[in-house]
Amino acid sequence: MSFAADPYAAYVIAAYAASAAILGALIWASVAASRRARRDLEGLERERRP
Amino acid sequence: MSLWRYANPAEFMRVTRPVVVPLWIGAGVLLAAGLGWALFFTPPDYQQGSTVRIIFLHVPAAMLAINTYFIMAVASGIGLIRRHHVSFLIAKAAAPIGAAFTLVALITGAVWGQPMWGTWWVWDARLTAVLIMFFFYLGYMALWAAIDEPEKAADLSAVLCLVGVVFAGLSRWAVLFFATLHQGSSLSIEAGQRIDDAFRTPLYLCIVAFYVLFLALLLMRARTEIRLRRARALRFAAVPA
Repeated sequence: MSFAADPYAAYVIAAYAASAAILGALIWASVAASRRARRDLEGLERERRP
Repeated sequence: MSLWRYANPAEFMRVTRPVVVPLWIGAGVLLAAGLGWALFFTPPDYQQGSTVRIIFLHVPAAMLAINTYFIMAVASGIGLIRRHHVSFLIAKAAAPIGAAFTLVALITGAVWGQPMWGTWWVWDARLTAVLIMFFFYLGYMALWAAIDEPEKAADLSAVLCLVGVVFAGLSRWAVLFFATLHQGSSLSIEAGQRIDDAFRTPLYLCIVAFYVLFLALLLMRARTEIRLRRARALRFAAVPA
């Protein structure tokens, strides 16, 4: 894709950038929540072990 | 062997554990291939120019926005009828994913609409139904967050989800019932081929990539919800009576 002299390049780039930002934030939040929950549960289970 | 054994949280965790990482890898490879092809190897459309490349984000995101809501509705219905916690938790896990895909569909649609329709937004049936569905996603998540008691939150959120399924249906089929500015389906089995192969093949690839990403996210988030529920149960068990 050549962006030079393309009158619509800004629209295409804006659409891809916005989508990347939204999906990137979703993935980051999901991975962070997963790690936090796993760590929390492992800590609780360790405490319960005799 | 019954399908319902997967409603057992321990069984669900055991079965999904080996699947999550391959799904993430598959999503990454397919997204790189699909979007790389879409951006760098598709020609401009003879009418729409390079804006046609927005289709590779807009269509998969819109499909997932609507279908995720249907998945939530089915999971909520099963949860209400059969009282399976995993069903409720799958619906809860799917909500932020569906909301994100709906937001992507709305934004890419607006950015595509401006140069092609001459406006960012119109209050036509399909666009309005998708916007209302987005608010149902937000309302569903807010309701879960607002109620401390998980059983009550699950029940009330499930009812709200089932009410909102009307707008998921309208989002999907509004173009058939109303005169809308939004075009009809680009991919239709009944109507035959409506899109050139130069765009159709990478579009299929992007749709598959988005679905694999959805599955990876859904399983990861559902497993997180099950862990949070287990942690809450352990905390309660540790509190002396």
